[in-house]
Amino acid sequence: MAEIRQADGFSDWLDQRLAVRKFMKVMMSEYWIPKNINFLWAMGVVLVVLFAILMVSGIFLLMYYKPDINLAFDSVNYTIMQEVEYGWLWRHMHGVSASAAFLIIYIHMFTGIYYGSYKKGREIIWITGMILFVAFSAEAFSGYMLPWGQMSYWAAQVITNLFGGIPVIGEALVIWIRGDFLVADATLTRFFMLHVVLLPLVIILVIALHFYALRVPHVNNQASEVFDFDKEAMKYLNGRKKESKVVPFWPVFLSKDFFVVGVFMLFFFFLVCYHYDFAMDPINFEPANNMKTPAHIYPEWYFLWSYEVLRGFFFDIGGIAAMDIGLMAFGFANVAFILLPFLDRNTQHVAPAHQRPAFFVWFWILLLDMIVLTVYGKLPPTGSNAWIGFFAAIIFLLLFMALPIITKIEAKSKGAQQ
Amino acid sequence: MALCQNRRDFIGIAFGGVATVGGILALGAMKKSWDPLPSVQSAGFVTVDLSLVAEGEMKTLQWRGKPIFILRKTADTPRNEQRDVLVGEKVFTLVVGLCTHLGCIPYYEEKSKVFKCACHGGEFDASGMNTFGPPPRPLDIPPFKIEGEKLVLGEEGMEYKKIMAKKA
Repeated sequence: MAEIRQADGFSDWLDQRLAVRKFMKVMMSEYWIPKNINFLWAMGVVLVVLFAILMVSGIFLLMYYKPDINLAFDSVNYTIMQEVEYGWLWRHMHGVSASAAFLIIYIHMFTGIYYGSYKKGREIIWITGMILFVAFSAEAFSGYMLPWGQMSYWAAQVITNLFGGIPVIGEALVIWIRGDFLVADATLTRFFMLHVVLLPLVIILVIALHFYALRVPHVNNQASEVFDFDKEAMKYLNGRKKESKVVPFWPVFLSKDFFVVGVFMLFFFFLVCYHYDFAMDPINFEPANNMKTPAHIYPEWYFLWSYEVLRGFFFDIGGIAAMDIGLMAFGFANVAFILLPFLDRNTQHVAPAHQRPAFFVWFWILLLDMIVLTVYGKLPPTGSNAWIGFFAAIIFLLLFMALPIITKIEAKSKGAQQ
Repeated sequence: MALCQNRRDFIGIAFGGVATVGGILALGAMKKSWDPLPSVQSAGFVTVDLSLVAEGEMKTLQWRGKPIFILRKTADTPRNEQRDVLVGEKVFTLVVGLCTHLGCIPYYEEKSKVFKCACHGGEFDASGMNTFGPPPRPLDIPPFKIEGEKLVLGEEGMEYKKIMAKKA
């Protein structure tokens, strides 16, 4: 055991017992971040802030929410919205930050794709990030069920039914997940448990892993330049700060992040106070009714692209039912991104997309295709809409099948140049 | 030394064995805790008086939380020998009112004599056969039994078994 001396102050007293100074160095003041980055590198911290807002607003909502089909709707729409002081603020903050979190997640993801931050040592960062995306999706879906409005109910009905597509056990699995033959009280209460306990726990653990996975390969930079972090850190510590390619996480990197967070928060509270309605579907202000399906069912905007992949296949092909093709495409769409580090066959080469001509084209087609899928996912699937959805879904699948080929060719031509 | 090592191995293996068995049993308990409760599973049998359904009328009722459509066909509605439920002279379509695509509730359009699903545009004819869009199969027929003019949902009667046999 270390020798404990008479402390010369509170921080020294703590330091002798918890090694706080060492801890702060490792986690903050000597955790090195490249200098050559832009505002897109602040999205991680913006997401942490949003997650904190979700936790705080969620705790306040939890004090009045009742997970029972007879009480849930009124506990949200009457108790929280009208009786609880500032209840409306917590609800709108919770709804808007859930939606905004997905916007930032998509920016965060596409930044990673553009700068090649998913490969050559950074695979685990990417994979844990995609697991977080899946966990956030489950969190958003289970949370959407809680107000027990018409959209809550029918979204739950449709999404749980997706598991019925699994061969053999499908039908029994759906009943097992719901705890009833239909979406009912048992379903609401168990999804409430998932939303407030199990999924948040999983998310916190995976966030910790996501951060830790960043420590060894380090943060990527705008030029995807590889350099010796220890050497650059020594330069910084020896006072050659201008010459060094790195800055400490705290206070230098975070101070810039806080600026971005500040700008983002202006936008966020503008939404919360004046445009919260985009996260509050009017159909969901009608209590759940299992005998009446709303005229149009669509998910929140952040699920529209994968929803459109699901329903894009509206006719049978080669004897396979349209529904099964849709389900397979949907399943593929949801794992395709996780596999990205392995679909990119130019594994040793990290560069921003504008230095990889074929990949650059691939990137922008993917982004545009996902925007098209998102737009058409909201429109009724009739006439030409159905066909645009069909082709956009096909392009999405083809892009991921083409990636190994494109990157293989890229790897070969790079090899020939050298 | 060797003896000591063996003892440790034994303790390790014994612990591993007990933990594995306990873990499997615990998983079984967790799975069962998520099963539908007995009160839910035994959600009764529904009896309907078919003599109250007028010609051309589409009646919706609830059975085990699912909507059930009972349509009494008019003379000019196309018949379907495979699926029609006959009670004396009267011809009925009896189906679970959930779209076989993703479980939305279709509505019956009397003019065109078609069941339409608003979610993804699926369509079924007056006998519940899928005719357009993503639904992979006709509307399901719930287990039923005919007793005179009465219909009992949840029991498998002669007529139900006949329809199922024709399908297979």
